[in-house]
Amino acid sequence: MSETLGNPMLPALYRVLRVHREIPDTFTLELEPGDGAVIPSFSCGQFNMLYVYGVGEIPISISGNPAQPIPLVHTTRAVGVVSQAMRELKPGNVIGVRGPFGSSWPVELANGKDVVIVAGGIGLAPLRSVMYQIMAQRERYGRVALLYGTRTPSDILYRRELENWRSHFDLEVFVTVDRATGSWRGSVGVVTRLIPHAPFDPLNAIAFVCGPEIMMRFTAAELQKRGVAPERLYVSMERNMKCAVGLCGHCQFGPYFVCRDGPVFRYKDVQNWLLKGEM
Amino acid sequence: MQTLETILAQHPFFKGLDARYMSLITGCASNVRYKADEYFFHEGEAAERFYMLREGRVALETHGPQHREIVIETIEAGEALGWSWLFPPYRWHFSARALQDVRAIALDGVCLRTKGAQDHDLGYELAMRVARILMERLQSTRLQLLDLYEAEGRRVIYE
Amino acid sequence: MSTLALHLHDRVVVERDHLSEVMAYLSSKGYQVIGPTVREQAIIYDTLSSLDDLPVGYTDEQDGGSYRLKPRRDRALFGYAVGPQSWKKFLHPPSVRLWQAYRTDTGFRIAEDQQETPKFAFIGVRSCELHAIAIQDRVFLQHNDPIYRERRAHLCIIAVNCAQAGGTCFCVSMQTGPKAESGFDLALTEILDEQQHYFVVEVGSELGIEILNAVPYREANQDDIERAENVLANTAAQMGRSMDTTDIKNLLYRNLDHPRWENVASRCLSCTNCTMVCPTCFCTTVEDMTDLAGTRAERWRRWDSCFTMDFSYIVGGSVRSSTKARYRQWMTHKLASWIDQFGTSGCVGCGRCITWCPVGIDITEEVRAIRETPMSSPADL
Repeated sequence: MSETLGNPMLPALYRVLRVHREIPDTFTLELEPGDGAVIPSFSCGQFNMLYVYGVGEIPISISGNPAQPIPLVHTTRAVGVVSQAMRELKPGNVIGVRGPFGSSWPVELANGKDVVIVAGGIGLAPLRSVMYQIMAQRERYGRVALLYGTRTPSDILYRRELENWRSHFDLEVFVTVDRATGSWRGSVGVVTRLIPHAPFDPLNAIAFVCGPEIMMRFTAAELQKRGVAPERLYVSMERNMKCAVGLCGHCQFGPYFVCRDGPVFRYKDVQNWLLKGEM
Repeated sequence: MQTLETILAQHPFFKGLDARYMSLITGCASNVRYKADEYFFHEGEAAERFYMLREGRVALETHGPQHREIVIETIEAGEALGWSWLFPPYRWHFSARALQDVRAIALDGVCLRTKGAQDHDLGYELAMRVARILMERLQSTRLQLLDLYEAEGRRVIYE
Repeated sequence: MSTLALHLHDRVVVERDHLSEVMAYLSSKGYQVIGPTVREQAIIYDTLSSLDDLPVGYTDEQDGGSYRLKPRRDRALFGYAVGPQSWKKFLHPPSVRLWQAYRTDTGFRIAEDQQETPKFAFIGVRSCELHAIAIQDRVFLQHNDPIYRERRAHLCIIAVNCAQAGGTCFCVSMQTGPKAESGFDLALTEILDEQQHYFVVEVGSELGIEILNAVPYREANQDDIERAENVLANTAAQMGRSMDTTDIKNLLYRNLDHPRWENVASRCLSCTNCTMVCPTCFCTTVEDMTDLAGTRAERWRRWDSCFTMDFSYIVGGSVRSSTKARYRQWMTHKLASWIDQFGTSGCVGCGRCITWCPVGIDITEEVRAIRETPMSSPADL
């Protein structure tokens, strides 16, 4: 955990190394610890609270490689006041960081199993950490398939990396878009369509799913239809967060505090809450 | 060298179908290949065939404004293409274009409909399987309509 | 002053007038004495400078959506039930500045606020409120909140056993009263009739012993103790409300789609009163603000309520946008998920939410309605 010994509401000061525009409205922030700040260590799936001076603070998943915690990498969409201000930051600017918070994707449970990763839209960002971790110890896992769905071809995030991963003979990468534009010759359709024929053994697989809540519900249903048990299926929930330490109450989801019991949850544990509306 | 019947029986669409029906159906079947950008059929044409895709991806398209073709959806290897052969007026509602080199098995629509009418058990099996595809496609289409990722926001909002 | 050695749970008698010496002693030890007092036609909690600040001559009449102060004929010091405020006002303050940030040449720096930790002595804490404090202890100390921890560490609690129940009370149902069992330094039971006015005082801690050693008292005899017990028995029989809490967690978890939620939503104004008056509600928000010039920024923590429209806001909209969803969240959190989160119910049966709801929504009635017509079978969930 970064320096907040005793007071988790105090941000540590980091410096912006780079702000990189990815697809429209989405950007990646790379940070390094400021003087005196402790070198971070995080697990895949965790998030930080990032504070822009004078503007505000928001939760953003970490999307870098846990084995290389510097620079600290976050990809997010510029959809509100704080994220838009964040996108305008320049190298050298100071930013506040609290974290890492939350539960992580249990990649170690995938030892000896097939891994199927299903990402929707910006959901690919937190799952990229998982890809890094898996590739670093590839021999531990069976078949690995990444299924990624997004809106249109111009919304494909981490394109170059996807192509790089696809070139690995021991990784399968499937990309689909909801709406085709231009000269797209790839799959068109929702990401759940990729599940029935994806290369993994449902009885010996672990699934990591991240994306809009509706997409995660339908993906979980499709995976279960194929035979993946809800105990082997993990999702990442998103709720309003203010304190990130389980005290302000905003992120409650059923009996869970998403900032502390999540954001990564075993589907079996949240299934009933997810299927109810407005929890 | 596998027979047409064996290949057909292995296609996911026919999973679990009784062996005696497989030979009946094979009587309606033939191997087909399409090169990338070749059309299986065009919107409005007579819908006479049902395709089991073995390899390659096919785009379902319709005409857009300014002569642009809009891809509605793609059908992947292991899936089945076309259902307009089952219902009158037996006309294709969309065009189907190979996006890669495609290998498929084409089943003659009239042949299938006739055999299904003669043997209602076979007809039932075929209809149930097609109904299942329709359900899955409808579900996917509904999800596409929800425009899930757009809700993730391009508006300026308070955070 | 007696020379008897006092022990925990001992009971003594302190005359009404000598209670002021208790207050004086506490002040002399640096405590800020807080207790009930009349303000704007309600009994709230504020600093007391003497016994005269207590609501002598007042009582309250409470019912769903109604609170009135009425005169009382006797001179009881604690002849009323709880009002709109709870002790969380002091232990979990409504707004606290967490830190300030200053722009510098290279960016900005942050200066943590040194929280002033006043030493509080609460006088007049009811049994339900003792339980509420214990509940908030679990919430905050579990998370090591330094603000709560500091205020709680130096707290002196003089509890009062209720001599009358409020119109909306149901502590008996929630097993949180009316008798103060633990969590206090001293617990008082007011005994008042034509001839006498005194307090039977139970010792709850070493600090309690220390306080008593500074004031005149005598040992309580059997008659005193019986009178004190009668007061409590009387109160227990007067409860204004009741709630059947049998398996309430599963009852609510299994009935998340019950039509009653729509029903209560049609009445609820989502005004947030219930969360503000509830002694256990703890939700807060974090606000970052800056001065006009941008030279200084501040982070504040303020009370918040799950009833507000943007409480559950994420990109795409609020998760709980309907009043129904928000009322359901509050009630199931209070009575059900709180148990999963903290091991106890979140409700102490103080009745404040019933009294202060402008439309008189009654949490005990809502539970009853769901219990009487449950929707689904135990097999679900």
